[in-house]
Amino acid sequence: MKANPTDFDAVFKALSDPTRRKLLDLLHDRNGQTLGQLCEHLDMARQSATQHLGLLEAANLVSTVKRGREKRHFLNAVPLHEIYERWVRKFERRRLALLHDLKNELERE
Amino acid sequence: MTMTNQTVSFVYVTYIASTPEKVFEAITRPDVARRYWGHENVSDWKPGSRWEHVRDNDARTVELTGKVIEVSPPTRLVLTWANASEADDPAKYSRVTFDIAAYEGMVRLTVTHDELEAGSRMENGMRRGWPIVLSSMKSFLETGQGLDVFASPKAA
Repeated sequence: MKANPTDFDAVFKALSDPTRRKLLDLLHDRNGQTLGQLCEHLDMARQSATQHLGLLEAANLVSTVKRGREKRHFLNAVPLHEIYERWVRKFERRRLALLHDLKNELERE
Repeated sequence: MTMTNQTVSFVYVTYIASTPEKVFEAITRPDVARRYWGHENVSDWKPGSRWEHVRDNDARTVELTGKVIEVSPPTRLVLTWANASEADDPAKYSRVTFDIAAYEGMVRLTVTHDELEAGSRMENGMRRGWPIVLSSMKSFLETGQGLDVFASPKAA
C-alpha cells in the first residue's frame, strides 16, 4: 500500500522504529548513500533494510535518485519541518506567551 | 585556497495541493515569492541570464546570485547558485534544479541542490533552509498563508 505522501500518520509510523530512525541519522551524517553503504552500519539483511527504506520513502522522509546502476538515498527533512511547525512551534509559542505573562505579573508586584 | 573535490547534494521533495503552473510562478515571480520566502527571485528567466535572490525589505540586499541554465515552464528550472559575496569565485557555485510534476491531483516538487562544497557555509545554511522554504511554499499555496521563514527559537 502506498502511503499518502502528505499523511502525518505515515511519518509518525515511519519514525516509530529505531532502525528507521538510525537510517535517518546515517543519511543526516552522509547524504546520498546507497543501500550497500547503509547496510555496513546495520546488523540486518539487505532485504530488511530495503523494507525499512521503502517505508521511509513512502512517508516522504527519504527521497531516492537513480544514478547509473546506483540508487542513492537522501534525507528529506521537509515533512519533519511540517511536524515541527504543527507539533512543536505551536506549543513553544504557548510556552513563550506564558513566560511573557508571568514576567508581566511579577513585574507588576 | 584549499582545493577540495568533496561535494555534497541535497534532494528535497514536497507534495503540494496546487498546479505545476502555480508552483513554477511561486519560484519565479517576485510578487509571489516575497509572500512566503521573504525574498524575491529576480531574472528575465532566459537561459544564460543572471538571477538574483533579493531580500524583501527596504535595503533590498542581493543575497544570492547565479545563472539561469535551463527553463522549461512549468516543469523544470535549473540555476547556478552562490552567495553574492562569493560571486567572483567560480568554485563557490553550486547548482539547484527544481523539478515540478503533476502527481495524483497534486504537484510533486523536487529540489535537488548539487555541487555544494562539503562543510561550507552554504551547505550548512541550505540544510536548514530548504525544508523551511519548501514548507512555507506548500503552506502558502494551499492556505494562502506562508510560514515565518526567519523564525528562530533562540531569537524568541
